[in-house]
Amino acid sequence: MKDINNNEESYNLTEDENNILDQIGLNDGASRRKFLKQLSAASLSVLASAYFTTDLFATTIKDLPDEVKALLNEVKVNLRVNNMVKPLTLDSRTTLLDALREKLALTGSKKGCDHGQCGACTVIVDGKRRLSCLTLAASCEGKEITTIEGLAENGQLHPMQQAFIKHDGFQCGYCTPGQICSSVALLEEAKNGEASYVTEDFKDIKNNLALSEEEIRERMSGNICRCGAYNNIVQAFKEVHSGDDVMPTWEFATAEQMAKAKI
Amino acid sequence: MRPFTYTGAKTTAEALKAANANSNSHYLGGGTNLLDLMKEDVERPNELIEVANLEHKQVIRNEKGGLTLGGMLNNSETANHRDVRTWYPLLSMAMLSAATAQIRNMATNGGNLLQRTRCPYFFEVSMPCNKREPGSGCGALTGMNALHAIFGWNDKCIAVHPSDMAVALAAIGATIEARQTDGSSRMIEIAEFHRLPGDTPEKDTNLEAGELITAIHLPRPDFSTHYYYLKIRERASYAFAIISVAAGLQVTDGKIIKAGLAMGGVAHKPWKLTSAENYLSGKTPNQANFEAAARLAMKEAKPLEDNKYKVKMGEKAIIRALTQAYQRKA
Repeated sequence: MKDINNNEESYNLTEDENNILDQIGLNDGASRRKFLKQLSAASLSVLASAYFTTDLFATTIKDLPDEVKALLNEVKVNLRVNNMVKPLTLDSRTTLLDALREKLALTGSKKGCDHGQCGACTVIVDGKRRLSCLTLAASCEGKEITTIEGLAENGQLHPMQQAFIKHDGFQCGYCTPGQICSSVALLEEAKNGEASYVTEDFKDIKNNLALSEEEIRERMSGNICRCGAYNNIVQAFKEVHSGDDVMPTWEFATAEQMAKAKI
Repeated sequence: MRPFTYTGAKTTAEALKAANANSNSHYLGGGTNLLDLMKEDVERPNELIEVANLEHKQVIRNEKGGLTLGGMLNNSETANHRDVRTWYPLLSMAMLSAATAQIRNMATNGGNLLQRTRCPYFFEVSMPCNKREPGSGCGALTGMNALHAIFGWNDKCIAVHPSDMAVALAAIGATIEARQTDGSSRMIEIAEFHRLPGDTPEKDTNLEAGELITAIHLPRPDFSTHYYYLKIRERASYAFAIISVAAGLQVTDGKIIKAGLAMGGVAHKPWKLTSAENYLSGKTPNQANFEAAARLAMKEAKPLEDNKYKVKMGEKAIIRALTQAYQRKA
């Protein structure tokens, strides 16, 4: 291997590389050498970072003096997730979402916006859907958390998961764990007779609501789907909610329809 | 997010004591607004005192023939409570128009009243904002102000209050109960609870340091038959109001006995439409009277460069909300 620091001839640049260096005004001898050296150092450090294990970082933290350690605002919390309890020691700033993903490796719940605007992080806490990105892990002591990973039972997917597959209720899949958790919680809300903004009469209180499509859309509006799989998500929900074996409403276009569409 | 210590208060007394001991602490309810603002570096408390798990989670019938809503009860449970739906459907409707099921399951009633504005200049720390950083100026005044105030603003702040619940409470005439750090309680009328910007736009409400909202008292229900919460927004759901109108009517023998009207998305606080309410009292509930009341309500409107549309929209919104409210069958 050539020594790139001392051998000018090893910098055999392609035409493109020369052009780029020309454009940024670095293609004269001295500055070019300096730039390329820095580039090599930078590339090396990127490579090296892959070898820093979490153990190494943990050791570094352990070595910090006490007063700095106190700034970490440690909180201890026993997270009860999917019927398992995990004792965790966390920075007080840790959200439930980050605790699930980074500490418990439950990466099903997704970080979409991290600001409570998309619903990708929706989990079920004590039976109610909530946003894990705006929930502090510290405030979850004693609460029962269910994530997408906890919905299947005995190797069988939850009916809502099955319906999402059947009705193709997703494209990229990033919002799907949130959509499904939200849908599962909504089933209970409908059973309990909870109202929504589009409910006709707020004084008409009854259980076991049969939700219209308009109701489903309003009640699921907290879960944004960038791919726009909403029609299929509504179909999937309807099937589980109504208990009817609804056929998907979409079908492949016929050759005739395709020909017409091209006009 | 900046570091903070987390204090899980077990009792109200503990929470008040912790708040009294640290002027840079902040109560944490559902966290739906506060944690977001902390992530944006807009709010910078060095201690969070969790109050969402405290008592004050009941809905009880009070001695004035109304209801008392617990300050720590969440928005979903409040809006869906049998007594609230039966006697204050206007409040249920307004609360259910807000945010999403997930957020309403988290947000507390007290926290809902203490939401900060959604003005983009307040959220963006590189922008001037007198509410976030007193004295830095108002970026929205000569900037993008299509979603801003048309009532009660001044050149210090043109932001609007985002709560839907508070608009319904203003129409209904609620009273807020706050616990002071010495343990005593005081009552604040909803009209006096939120403030206009004045010289201190950084202060949204008249709560004093360390005070904790423990209850919202509702008067005898007057609008349980004729009610409507109209919310106009940029999409059909999950958006803050451009303009909203809470309308309640009490109608006997073809005459309006009492009208409750308040508007959201137009001022630094829920905007009570007193002149329109007074005008409607004793009148027949018909289109002509609704139109006259709406014109009266919008007379004092002072729009900005980009929100002139709100004056006409506001007028139409009032007429529509009153019409919808009246058309509801008993």
